[in-house]
Amino acid sequence: MMIFSHEASLKRQALFDLSFRSLTRFCAFAVLALLAAIIVSLVEGSMPAIHAFGFGFLTSTKWDPVNDNFGALIPVFGTLVTSGIALFIAIPVSFGIALFLTELSPRFLRRPLGIAIELLAGIPSIIYGMWGLFIFAPMFADHVEPWLNRHVGSLPLIGPFFSGPPMGIGLLTAGIILAIMVIPFIASVMRDVFDVVPSMLKESAYAVGATTWEVMWQVVLPYTKVGVAGGIMLGLGRALGETMAVTFVIGNSHDLNKSLLMPGNSISSALANEFNEAVGALYTSSLIELGLILFFITFVVLSIARFMLYRLGKREGQAS
Amino acid sequence: MNMDIEVVVNPKIVIKDLNFYYGKFRALKDINLSIAEKMVTAFIGPSGCGKSTLLRTFNRMYQLYPKQKATGEIMLDGANILDSKQDLNMLRAKIGMVFQKPTPFPMSIYDNIAFGVKLYENLSRHDMEVRVEWALRKAALWTEVKDKLKQSGTGLSGGQQQRLCIARAIAVKPEILLLDEPTSALDPISTAHIEKLVDELKEDFTIVIVTHNMQQAARISDYTAYMYMGDLIELGETSNVFTNPKRKETEDYITGRFG
Repeated sequence: MMIFSHEASLKRQALFDLSFRSLTRFCAFAVLALLAAIIVSLVEGSMPAIHAFGFGFLTSTKWDPVNDNFGALIPVFGTLVTSGIALFIAIPVSFGIALFLTELSPRFLRRPLGIAIELLAGIPSIIYGMWGLFIFAPMFADHVEPWLNRHVGSLPLIGPFFSGPPMGIGLLTAGIILAIMVIPFIASVMRDVFDVVPSMLKESAYAVGATTWEVMWQVVLPYTKVGVAGGIMLGLGRALGETMAVTFVIGNSHDLNKSLLMPGNSISSALANEFNEAVGALYTSSLIELGLILFFITFVVLSIARFMLYRLGKREGQAS
Repeated sequence: MNMDIEVVVNPKIVIKDLNFYYGKFRALKDINLSIAEKMVTAFIGPSGCGKSTLLRTFNRMYQLYPKQKATGEIMLDGANILDSKQDLNMLRAKIGMVFQKPTPFPMSIYDNIAFGVKLYENLSRHDMEVRVEWALRKAALWTEVKDKLKQSGTGLSGGQQQRLCIARAIAVKPEILLLDEPTSALDPISTAHIEKLVDELKEDFTIVIVTHNMQQAARISDYTAYMYMGDLIELGETSNVFTNPKRKETEDYITGRFG
């Protein structure tokens, strides 16, 4: 009798195990299926535009809903340029934050500063957008852009990028807002990878007489370069896809401008602004193709990030 | 605590009433000892006795960490190392250090050696090459790496990496070498290499070595200091300490009755 009940409970457990395993497997594969479905519907939705414009879609600056003539160059350009500006500003600032937090900061400041950075990462992007439009952009137009016009705008080579009417909104403003938004991400990844550097390695650099800066720049950074690059890629991924904050400050104009002070457009803000009013199959399809392009860009960036983090993990495994 | 300390002839470093604190914990208690010039002095003792702590006061490595503090005197060439006016980078140019585990920098073998030199000297390309070769030869590594100087230092074997670290330390031409259990992560053959190297290096450098391995101390050192619980129990010529220790605690430790 005893043995029999024991067997029954074993059987029940085996059954439970099996169903639990199937359930988790279903959940995991559902993600894959979802991803595939998104790709399929994006491709399917953009078919009319692909047929109509072919590869010319990528190089055309036209965006003319009246005549049904569309090109992706301006939003793609805006997305890449704003993300580029964001990284240009965010990387050095994040490096400074991470360096301070891991090497220089007194112990009692580390936790509050670390938490502050995480909180900054948690602020909804629409808040950044509103702050950018109502506070940052007017201030930028009153104080920074006239200065840029006067001092940088007349320089050869880079001058044309920094001249134009001081409107406050535009590619540069969008890039700066994006920088503020990705700094917490990049800084916290950098801090984490700097933290795993063996203290003995740092001590050996100090032991030959290196200063903190030399230790960070010549030993810690090369040692963590893969992880740092992964963090930057994650930040870039966020900058590429950011919608709300960019829409507020980029100007949403479909004109190609050399000047970073002029309004432009990004893929995600074009989508957010125009889907509502998109009438006509080709208009909608062109927007969907924009989405497909953004998906592709983001996918490539995140794959690179994943790959780098994977290599970092492998190297750490070897080191221990 | 009374101590048995032999008079060291020709001292390079003279330590007087050295105390060390990790926060409130007193890790070194009134240490008085001298390190003989161009000799090997070994610090032995059970884990936590303070031997590494003592070593790390010589180049003030502890200063990287807040709450660690040393008081007393460590005289080197007539100046107190612990003096707050002491320039740390100049101090570390005079005192090189090698750690428990090999710590090659993530750069080429050549750059690993040149790294420290560049901090102090502005050598021409040719002079730097000469210096790198000199350091690698001194560390008995030259023949093994001379054809792959541009390769990463992290690709070498553990024993080679540790000799690379020794080469990196001596490339700066220090006067003193601190070795903090330099063979604890190495296999017996690599250990033998390093021990032989230490024997050769003492012609040019004053060497202080911390070791867990009593046989190692007996093999390579001229003077041995036995420490226990933050006290220096005995310092003497190695042959005396191991064959005829003056203190019972030392005898118990080296005969394996304890520790």
